[in-house]
Amino acid sequence: MNKLKLATVWLGGCSGCHMSFLDLDEWLFDLATQVDLVYSPFADIKEYPEGVDVVLVEGAVANEDNLELIKKVRDRSSILVSFGDCAVTGNVTAMRNPLGDTESVLQRCYMEAADIQNQIPHEPGIVPTLLETVQPVHAMVPVDVYLPGCPPDANRIRAALEPLLAGATLNLTGEQIRFG
Amino acid sequence: MAVKTLTINDRLISARESQTILDAAKDAGIPIPTLCHLEGVSDVGACRLCLVEIAGSNKLQPACVTKVAEGMEIQTNSDRLQKYRRTIIELLFAEGNHICSVCVSNGNCELQNLAVEMGMDHVSLAYQFPQRKVDLSHDRFGIDHNRCVLCTRCVRVCDEIEGAHTWDMAGRGHNSHVITDLNQPWGNSNSCTSCGKCMMACPTGAIFAQGSTVGEMIKERSKLEFITTARKNREWLF
Ligand code: SF4
Ligand code: SF4
Ligand code: SF4
Ligand code: FES
Repeated sequence: MNKLKLATVWLGGCSGCHMSFLDLDEWLFDLATQVDLVYSPFADIKEYPEGVDVVLVEGAVANEDNLELIKKVRDRSSILVSFGDCAVTGNVTAMRNPLGDTESVLQRCYMEAADIQNQIPHEPGIVPTLLETVQPVHAMVPVDVYLPGCPPDANRIRAALEPLLAGATLNLTGEQIRFG
Repeated sequence: MAVKTLTINDRLISARESQTILDAAKDAGIPIPTLCHLEGVSDVGACRLCLVEIAGSNKLQPACVTKVAEGMEIQTNSDRLQKYRRTIIELLFAEGNHICSVCVSNGNCELQNLAVEMGMDHVSLAYQFPQRKVDLSHDRFGIDHNRCVLCTRCVRVCDEIEGAHTWDMAGRGHNSHVITDLNQPWGNSNSCTSCGKCMMACPTGAIFAQGSTVGEMIKERSKLEFITTARKNREWLF
């Protein structure tokens, strides 16, 4: 039997959701017997592969790199899970939106709020260009499953993954969907 | 006192004629979700979460401000109502800036509880990301307008229970916001007695105690309930 192809993706988030994933502790061994991890910040794989069965997407869509990647991820994956509050709501990553356009955001963060060496980063090809506003994942591409929480705790992640591994569709309810 | 008989969700109940549908349902143990309603102060029908269906009328009616009537046939939880309620909660989240993970009320918030109750696992409407202010000028309390749902509970509790009427509404449409005194910093308000009733009444993390951090703001309502119950039962009329 072919193992399920699992991927995890890190967009505009703090990596806390991925840390919470590692918090699955010994269940990770069970998981490892059931899936092939084909793309993830945990693995050194450069290109997002074709034919991914389930992908967990952490983070909001904040810059051009995020946008390009999420489109590719959507095209190449069958079940896309919006993983954590930044992916689901924009959350902390989207706190910059009320500041206005990207120029105001960069001014505020790198000039006004900086203590030393005030300068706006500019390295084309290395530092990606910011999008005008940060958006939750579902504002950019269709999402199949929402897994809120900042971060979703390990139990919640497991509650979302288990039915997916068994080939069932799921909708989390009750306390499992509380934001924050 | 005249008694009315009516049905709620096909259950026959009786209620006093002065009662609202919300009160009658509560007495019968039938829950109706509310947000702007606060026990002991007047109702204004601002949030529309308590909308119910009444047979013979196409219009949905807010249960908190609609009186019972003889023979009414009320439905409180149809598919249509559930859909509307979820949309109302989504609208509230999309309209303000609710970042639960860094909010003083995270885990203790009526809006967040309602989102859980309505099964809101994401907001399908476009977030507005409005520019709103935070006022920390008061010694003991603060208000973060990003989390205000314009329920006016603070306005009513300050006016009707404390008798200070520090709070009011200003602006229209998406510029609506609550103000203290004549739209001046709360700390400069002459009318505020620093009683804290607005903070206890506020359903969200909008009004909070200075110095509270993420998840710490638990709204203690027993003092408010003590006063409103005493007033209702006329315990202080000698
Ligand atoms: S007020 Fe409630 S819903 Fe809004 S951010 Fe705070 S906890 Fe979340
Ligand atoms: S602290 Fe008391 S008096 Fe001051 S605004 Fe709040 S309710 Fe009114
Ligand atoms: S400050 Fe709180 S109580 Fe007052 S209107 Fe806003 S949400 Fe309601
Ligand atoms: S509780 Fe009835 S309209 Fe808000």
